[in-house]
Amino acid sequence: MNAIRVRGLTKRFDGPTAGEIEVAGFDRRADPGRVRESIGIVFQEPALDERLTGRENLRFHAMLYGLYGAEGRKRVSEVLGLVDLEAKSDVPVGEYSGGMKRRLEIARGLVHRPDVLFLDEPTLGLDARTRRRTREYLRDLNAETGVTVVLTTHEMDEADRLCDRIAICDRGSVVALDSPEQLKRRVGGGFVAVTVGEGGGHGALATRLADESWVESVERVSEGSGDRTLQVGIDHTERGDRRVPAVVAAATEVGVPVTAIDVREPTLETVFLALTGSTIAERESTDDTARGSDSDDGLQSVTESDSRTDMETVQGTETGSIETGPTRTDSPESGATKTEGRSR
Amino acid sequence: MLVAIYALWWRDVLRFVRSRSRVVGSVLVADVGYLQFLVPGIAGMTMLFTASVSGLAILSDREEGFLKEILVAPVDRKAVVLGRTAGGATVALLQSVLLIGASIPLGFRPQEWWALPAAIPLLALLAVTFIGFGLALASRFGDSQGFSLVVQFALFPLFFLSGALYPLSNLPGPVQYLGYLNPLTYGVDALRAVLVGSSTYPLALDVGALSLSAVAMVLLGAALFERTEAV
Repeated sequence: MNAIRVRGLTKRFDGPTAGEIEVAGFDRRADPGRVRESIGIVFQEPALDERLTGRENLRFHAMLYGLYGAEGRKRVSEVLGLVDLEAKSDVPVGEYSGGMKRRLEIARGLVHRPDVLFLDEPTLGLDARTRRRTREYLRDLNAETGVTVVLTTHEMDEADRLCDRIAICDRGSVVALDSPEQLKRRVGGGFVAVTVGEGGGHGALATRLADESWVESVERVSEGSGDRTLQVGIDHTERGDRRVPAVVAAATEVGVPVTAIDVREPTLETVFLALTGSTIAERESTDDTARGSDSDDGLQSVTESDSRTDMETVQGTETGSIETGPTRTDSPESGATKTEGRSR
Repeated sequence: MLVAIYALWWRDVLRFVRSRSRVVGSVLVADVGYLQFLVPGIAGMTMLFTASVSGLAILSDREEGFLKEILVAPVDRKAVVLGRTAGGATVALLQSVLLIGASIPLGFRPQEWWALPAAIPLLALLAVTFIGFGLALASRFGDSQGFSLVVQFALFPLFFLSGALYPLSNLPGPVQYLGYLNPLTYGVDALRAVLVGSSTYPLALDVGALSLSAVAMVLLGAALFERTEAV
């Protein structure tokens, strides 16, 4: 499988190891100019000229993309309005807050009316309020302008709430690409965590439950109260909450007292962990050659340590890549599908 | 393409106007003593430093992340080089014209009224030479760490070995020959010919050497920049 490498757009890039890359219907190799025109990019770290004002930064960008004169000025004002920055548009960017810079960059990504907007961890390093507003802007943009939004994030919750389709990447490969609902369905219908009294009896209960057709897995987990909890994975055709009585009945049958029951919806995090499976220790032994220090401290380090050198959207150990959209109706096959690094 | 070149030029000029300290700094000049000899040399020096730094500005653009913004745009890298050259040359020209202008109340006397306009093409050739030089150097360095090295080990020697401060003939023999390889030598000499009417070499030789170096350096800078990576 090969992933999209947005890196290929900034770096000289020898081409994919396999497969093809099409963006908004244009082939990356045959038509790089058209590809560049049809995408907008918001980098992880601000790429603004701090001595210029917000408006000047956008005008510079507009001119690079061939929009100038009255038309360029009009378009710049439009996108400034879109991100609520009109009031600050004539202030040098050096005086902007982090959230304002991020919004200005989002606006800039839209100046030349791209079909696809790529964002590299757009909410990283923002405070909770700004993060929330940034998400709202992205959602509204997608709804109002129909631009396909492709973003990367480590936050499963963000992916779940914002995106129509999610690609999960593990060590450079897309291991899953689906809607959040479908992804959750893959790992089963949630969990029932049952905590038993101090007398024990896990073994008997586990064996009893494993016989049921709606039970997919039984795992002993240690939680606050010692390791007296069994996590019962429910088959994806079933729902955890409906099976609580059956779990209790099974416990009664084998004579094990139940002290607590907790129903857990599968989360994207569960999905992510299930699909990217291996432990960090295992990764360290296999990964070093491929990507240097990527796996040094697990989940967070990856895109951060990478951010100065590349910004692959989908590539990178444990980077979740998320799409919102596709909402364009003008092409039979949606823009979003096309932006995927096609795996052949 | 033209719009993109204009955009890059516009940004450089805006940045220059924004940082007023640079404008003011360029006006502060030295001593009145051998002013007639010195002013053309200082004008040449301004071109050397301002233009090289402008070429080297891709290093700070890279550090600020702004270079990515330019390189992901559907703009040919030749346009980026041309735009940067136009912008840097404009800024450097403005600075040396301001400098020459400011030296007049201090006692500097151009030989004729047309001396200043005639100096502009020479200044422009110097600007293009050293922007190309700056671009070439910047393309070889990964970060602005290289910057102070360049200033100390390239720009200062170029300045001292150019006849800007004292005639090259005052230098010991072998060192003199190094000066002959320096484009700034011909630039300063040509500026003296035009501004004060005295020069060491024939003006035609100066202009020829300058034109050659301008073309060679900008082509070298562009070729090396073509190969730089954005990140």
